[in-house]
Amino acid sequence: MRPQVAFAAVALLERAGCRVRVPREQSCCGQPALNSGDRASTMNIAKGVIRAFSGDDYVVVPSGSCADTLINKYPDLFRHDVKWAGRAQDLADKTFELTTFLVEQLGVELEQVSYPGVCAYHDSCSGLRELAIHQQPRALLQQVEGLSLRELDDGSACCGFGGLFSVKYPDLSGRIVSDKCDQIAQTEADTVLGGDLGCLLNIAGRLRREGSDLKVFHVAEVLAGMTDGPAIGEAESEDMA
Amino acid sequence: MSVSTASHRVEFQDRAKQALQDVSLQRALAKARGGFVDHRQEAIDALPEFDAIRDAARDIKNHVLANLDGYLELYEQQVIENGGQVHWARDAEEACQIIAGICKEAQAKTVTKGKSMVSEEMHLNPVLEAAGMTVVETDLGEYIVQLAGETPSHIIAPAVHKTREQITDLFHEHHSPLGYTDRVTQREALVNEARSVLRERFVTADVGITGANFLVAETGANVIVTNEGNGDLTSCLPRVHIVTAGIEKIVPSLDDLAVLLRVLARSATGQEFSAYTSLYSGPRRPGDMEGPEAYHVVLLDNGRSRLLGGQYQAMLRCIRCGACLNHCPVYGSIGGHAYGWVYSGPMGSVLTPLLNGFDQSLDLPNACTLNGRCKEVCPVRIPLSDLLLKHRVEQHERRLSSGFGRFLLGAWAWLACRPRLYQGVMALPLRVMHMLGRRRGGLTWLPGVGGWTGSRDFPAPARRSFMRQWQSRKVRS
Repeated sequence: MRPQVAFAAVALLERAGCRVRVPREQSCCGQPALNSGDRASTMNIAKGVIRAFSGDDYVVVPSGSCADTLINKYPDLFRHDVKWAGRAQDLADKTFELTTFLVEQLGVELEQVSYPGVCAYHDSCSGLRELAIHQQPRALLQQVEGLSLRELDDGSACCGFGGLFSVKYPDLSGRIVSDKCDQIAQTEADTVLGGDLGCLLNIAGRLRREGSDLKVFHVAEVLAGMTDGPAIGEAESEDMA
Repeated sequence: MSVSTASHRVEFQDRAKQALQDVSLQRALAKARGGFVDHRQEAIDALPEFDAIRDAARDIKNHVLANLDGYLELYEQQVIENGGQVHWARDAEEACQIIAGICKEAQAKTVTKGKSMVSEEMHLNPVLEAAGMTVVETDLGEYIVQLAGETPSHIIAPAVHKTREQITDLFHEHHSPLGYTDRVTQREALVNEARSVLRERFVTADVGITGANFLVAETGANVIVTNEGNGDLTSCLPRVHIVTAGIEKIVPSLDDLAVLLRVLARSATGQEFSAYTSLYSGPRRPGDMEGPEAYHVVLLDNGRSRLLGGQYQAMLRCIRCGACLNHCPVYGSIGGHAYGWVYSGPMGSVLTPLLNGFDQSLDLPNACTLNGRCKEVCPVRIPLSDLLLKHRVEQHERRLSSGFGRFLLGAWAWLACRPRLYQGVMALPLRVMHMLGRRRGGLTWLPGVGGWTGSRDFPAPARRSFMRQWQSRKVRS
């Protein structure tokens, strides 16, 4: 969907001295199947993911919900599987969400990154509640020159995305994201940041429909200084097209 | 079965849609939501040991559920010793028959009721009315809902879906014949008018029926918490007092009760304690100035015992505080009635299929974003969103979910297990979406994603996926 998020993550890791490998044998962590109650399919997908990353020291994921799937859900899925339980736990133990990895494992100090904007940060539910991601992105954003951060009134409220929920119950989902966008507007920020692309697509899609000119970026894009191109859901300028 | 499930699905979706378009409902919900959330947070911020108390509350309930038979027998013994009677009801119908029987024997004409979700669960009022009795709800919210001919839309705030204007109209319509001809519109005046009307009912009632927030095994007491004192007038004034409760409401001792009371009001309304916390242990004893002549407890199973020892047992810990409703974005969008039964919000979505049958409520476990806030705020730490996911697993394994949906999911999962093919197959639709959406930045119409684009754009994807670009970068370097 938005390759720049992954490129930003790679850039941040490489600048911090990591050697980054992107295994070709990966597709999706399996959340759509998992959240639809299809454990068998999820386990099949999970086995592929476990294999693909078996040789690496760390697995870094620029998404709270995907990281939560690898860290918390895989070990639970394979709890009673003698052959895979250990491998799932090994993967879980070395997997980190991007901002958590940068702050807690690497203690990264950003060099000369600036973003002149007032930003509202959306905490995604899986990251916030399952992985306690809250302080990490804020600690990093504080190092960005020119950036000021605004908190939402009820920041831990869901944006209404919920993966397939937004497809199965679009009216409900649309209503919830419209509430979220109202809250964002109240902060008078000019940019919305978050750590999960799903939520950001949802929020950006709604903002576009409302005619809002708020910019929406993944937090990695700002931290890596990759904010020159169009924001999420924003039109490409003529010269780029 | 497929016919009935299909029709039920449409019903939930229809009710949800109606709720979203109901201007009064939306106004009422918007007004209620923030208050509940903020008040709870303030109460918890003032109690640093709240989480430790929650753990203790959870452990007490777990202990009770693991020893439920013993505690129920102990409770029954104590009630009998106190001069009361315990009746066991397997299901709603049996419970209604028992209660109607007690009322008939007491030659009751008027029955007052304190708020009781279990009596809603068993649809008690129509049964008593069919037997010729006048039934009066005395909790203000329940009273409003009764006048409107509706059911509660929230387990602790039954009329939360009503605006003050609607309540003004209702009172004017129903109270005018009683001599209250002035049309009152202010909150306090409305409360006073209801109080005045209800006073008369309290005094003339033959039987009072209340629910129970807790049943204390060691003393045989039933405990109700209210903010209006209506429960006390319902319990004490009539000749006969009937308590009705689910079998899971037991706590072992008064000490345990104290732990649970500390989390209940804070989670429900953000109060440290509700205005009235009353313990009733039986009928009037010789020398007592007041109290009922007869005291009955009707304990309802209605599917609860089936949950013991199974993967949904944690749901029986529920103390009906309503915090999960108050923090649920779906409940906050559509209110309680759209859920289709007495229990709504996350606790309702878990409980309704368990008590009413899986195939009767297929939508409920799915109409949830799995954001997990319900689980986070639950005072007895019920993993509500995890239980909803268990429901989905069960629906999938029992093939209750839509065949077409399962086929699509299966095809997608098959593809996802073949990453290179997956990347190849995804490239084309992404490219088309990029072409169509790049000028605006997003697509305003997209087939195959339901009504996603009804209320928002679908942001345009990049022309080439990250995996493709990464491969060429590697080749270049």
